[in-house]
Amino acid sequence: MIRLALWLLGALVLAGIVHLTTVLLLPRMATQDAYARVAAIAPVNSVIPIPAPTPEKALMPFMDPAFQVSVCRYDLSRGALKFSVPISQAYTSVSFYTRSDVAYYAINDRAAGRRVIELDLMTAAQRAALPENEEITAADRLIVTSPTSTGLIVIRALAAEVGWVPAVRTALASAQCRPQ
Amino acid sequence: MKLADSSCYTGRSNGYATGPNVRLLFGTVFALAIAAMAGLGATWMALTRGSAYGGVTIGAWTGWPKNGTSGIDPYARAMVSRTGELPVGSGDGVAFYARTDDAGQPLDGRCDVLLSGTTPQARFWTLTLYDPEGRLVANSAQRQGFTSQEIVRNADGSFDVLVGPRARPGNWLPTGGVDKYLLVLRLYDTPIGMASRTGSEAPMPALTKRACL
Repeated sequence: MIRLALWLLGALVLAGIVHLTTVLLLPRMATQDAYARVAAIAPVNSVIPIPAPTPEKALMPFMDPAFQVSVCRYDLSRGALKFSVPISQAYTSVSFYTRSDVAYYAINDRAAGRRVIELDLMTAAQRAALPENEEITAADRLIVTSPTSTGLIVIRALAAEVGWVPAVRTALASAQCRPQ
Repeated sequence: MKLADSSCYTGRSNGYATGPNVRLLFGTVFALAIAAMAGLGATWMALTRGSAYGGVTIGAWTGWPKNGTSGIDPYARAMVSRTGELPVGSGDGVAFYARTDDAGQPLDGRCDVLLSGTTPQARFWTLTLYDPEGRLVANSAQRQGFTSQEIVRNADGSFDVLVGPRARPGNWLPTGGVDKYLLVLRLYDTPIGMASRTGSEAPMPALTKRACL
């Protein structure tokens, strides 16, 4: 009996290790995560509109149908990016996700405080390499530091009523995401 | 050691010797099989039916404000990778999910459910109906939700939404007759978040079940 109990105990410890390992590894192994879904339709470093979700087809589950969405799949390995989007009449937000879909930063139109949300996206190394004098002028420009060299910028603009959709789409269409 | 031939292996001792090596082999195989099954089973359970830790529950609604930050816990991360969704960033808003009514009954698209009350403070909010996999539900009215701008309010600023299979006057959110659905209330530009302990005092709309088809 003791022997059996020991084997069981060993099995349970192993089971715990298997469980934790799979949970921790899953984000790296997933092939149908949001980044992979966006990568299938979006080239690197350009803003692409995501089709509005319908009951038949949606790029991702749990998309908010009241919003028009565009994404920029970024790659900072060649250098930092400049990003800008004019805000639309109701509500505009810009969210940043790492390669493994972690939302590390988000800003909305009110927090940006201007008619255009403008910022520079770079890795920690690129930020550290900024020349000193640029660091001073950096006070009035927003710098976002990405923890990974690739990831997603997701621009969401609310079309609170159906009639607002064209205007919101126009605002999103002039969003830019390009290497400096 | 030799004497402690445990009773569970006696059935296998027909014909060949159950020496220590054979027992070790059986034990190892047994332990590995249990470990694989229990470990993977626990992962599967946690990611499909489990709800991640750190949720803020108000009535029938639960939100995970931390999932929109880099402090997202490993279970929620794995879940997000598996489903392919993108969590709402915390600088953007918070999403609250309801799978049951206030009495704890699962939301059934063949029944009428009255959603009434007010939302916590937010610049905009949206209410959306999804099937359990996060897809929108087809219906004749082509309505999948309401925004705070569209909703018809009562004189005191509160609102009522009738969620059900049959058309109703007023704010009617069609269920398309699906047997299971969930409601997501997203608050945009809201002070409700992980920093606020006020979560439990925030007013969320009540969900009351009415008649069924």
